[in-house]
Amino acid sequence: MKPTALIAEDEPLLAQALRAELAAAWPELQVLAVVGDGQSAVREALRLLPQVLFFDIRMPGQDGLGAAAELADAWPADEAPMPQLVFVTAYDEYAARAFDAQAIDYVLKPVQAERLQRTVARLQQALELRNSPAVPADDALASTLSQWRKLLAAAGGAAALPGADTAPLKLIAASEAGSSGNTVRMVPIDEVQYFEAADKYVRVLTRSHEYLIRTPLKQLLPQLDPKVFWQVHRAIVVRSEAIESVHRDEAGKMNLDLRGRKEKIPVSRLYAHLFRAM
Amino acid sequence: MIDALARTFTPENLRDLLRHGITTAVFSSVIAAALAISGRGDWGSQFVYSLSIGMIIWIVIDIGRMLLTRRSEKKWPLGAPGVLLVLSGVAAGFLGGNLIGDAWTDRPYLEFWTFAPHKFASTLLITLVATVAICYFYYSRGKAKYLEGQIALAERDAADARLKLLETQLEPHMLFNTLANLRVLIATDPPRAVAMLDRLNSYLRVTLSGSRALTHPLANEFQRLGDYLELMSVRMGPRLAYRLDLPDDLRDVPVPPLLLQPLVENAIRHGLEPKVEGGEITVGARRESQNLIIDVRDTGAGIDNAQPPSEDGGFGLAQVRERLATVYGARSSLGLVAGPAGGTCATVTLPLPP
Repeated sequence: MKPTALIAEDEPLLAQALRAELAAAWPELQVLAVVGDGQSAVREALRLLPQVLFFDIRMPGQDGLGAAAELADAWPADEAPMPQLVFVTAYDEYAARAFDAQAIDYVLKPVQAERLQRTVARLQQALELRNSPAVPADDALASTLSQWRKLLAAAGGAAALPGADTAPLKLIAASEAGSSGNTVRMVPIDEVQYFEAADKYVRVLTRSHEYLIRTPLKQLLPQLDPKVFWQVHRAIVVRSEAIESVHRDEAGKMNLDLRGRKEKIPVSRLYAHLFRAM
Repeated sequence: MIDALARTFTPENLRDLLRHGITTAVFSSVIAAALAISGRGDWGSQFVYSLSIGMIIWIVIDIGRMLLTRRSEKKWPLGAPGVLLVLSGVAAGFLGGNLIGDAWTDRPYLEFWTFAPHKFASTLLITLVATVAICYFYYSRGKAKYLEGQIALAERDAADARLKLLETQLEPHMLFNTLANLRVLIATDPPRAVAMLDRLNSYLRVTLSGSRALTHPLANEFQRLGDYLELMSVRMGPRLAYRLDLPDDLRDVPVPPLLLQPLVENAIRHGLEPKVEGGEITVGARRESQNLIIDVRDTGAGIDNAQPPSEDGGFGLAQVRERLATVYGARSSLGLVAGPAGGTCATVTLPLPP
């Protein structure tokens, strides 16, 4: 089977260049589509089920990180194996530095043949390993998911402004949901059961109340103790001690019940490894 | 304590102290010589009186000055403390110096106090005048030096501000992305690469000279915007369309260079870039009675009041406002409103030259 790929890059000339360089570095690779924004990337990836994704991080509409996080959950893993994900980024973006720091492979713009060759070699190796009968499908999926997790954490952490405050948060200044926002409540972090990103706000939920803050989740995360608060979804961070039980529905999707809250909390496939039975 | 001493008696202060001491000694000697020549007494005793008075004043004033200005950058205590310091220096020197002189010449202490009041008055006057003269001389020198330092500091700040402006105008992300596109074009479409390089060339030229010139014609400003928009449209492809409307009779109006650049950058960054299908930017200038009105319109994502301004988003607008206020004061303004068909419209109003 010929390897297939999808390119998501909003600048037409750079997309064209990546395609041309890939044709030289990996002649068998079939580029199924080139798209220019995050939503199209998700849609086309689900339609074409390629084996490799090249996602630009900065794109109009949904960016590369958002598109990847959405795909991670929407991907039909029983129809086609999870694709290999490669981020494309300009040298001066923070993500590039984060990837370098953690020795994560990525494609640097402008694309240079020699560097791309290394990425291609690694991708070929990964695809070969995945297709070998010696590796059970579940293990292959788990290792691909862990790779995606690493990528998203590095790129997402970098997006949370370098040098941003990482001192542990004790109090959260929030406005009460449904209020005019004229009163600011100081909510002790110990009372928070979970955070959920919603459009332009992050909802802060305690056992009995709901508050809103404007700090994006990705900027909030570095200020939370990772042992206490777990990210379980691209938009949700829960207090680990508040988790009462974990359920899997017929479609295989995971949900959490929290103490003191009635709603079900969805768990992304990327973070399902946290709840594997001991 | 030792710390405080070390802070007060820095090598620089000690050098000053020594210099002032030598000056005072020379000055006192000159006064003594003048008094001796005018027949006020023999040379030896005049020197003893004069030097004793001078040295005591020097020690009191100079050390007092250092202690009083320990926590300040200035070298001289201003206001009442400064005046008091001089007066107490004079008093201490006059009393102490005369006592030492009387002891040296074996006279009863301070006898001239009672039997030669005119001599008493003239000595005190000479002491006072000489002290004030020396203090004033060093005070003005120190003040000049302090002001020179302040000017150098201000010049450095201005240079920093210029550099910061230049940095925002030559946004590295824009520059490197343009170069990345150029690299592709060189291989695939050389004539277009040459055209893009020419645009980049004139963009850089205006940016680099513009950060120095005070004004340039509106036509140049529009040309510059054209270069920038053309570079951006190579990158964004069909997602960016633009139009520049400049009536002929407004071409020569002088405007601060690069004034409009941040507005066009905002229109792209906050208007068109987040929108998948992109949009159009229109920059138009027109005359309205005695004013020049320039609109920068985009059909992009629009103003989002709920969205807190990003850390760099506010900088562009603030910079335009600040420059307008500096050049035209209250007669100019910058407004930002939602466009009638979505998008954003930034309007600059400034007075036309008579």
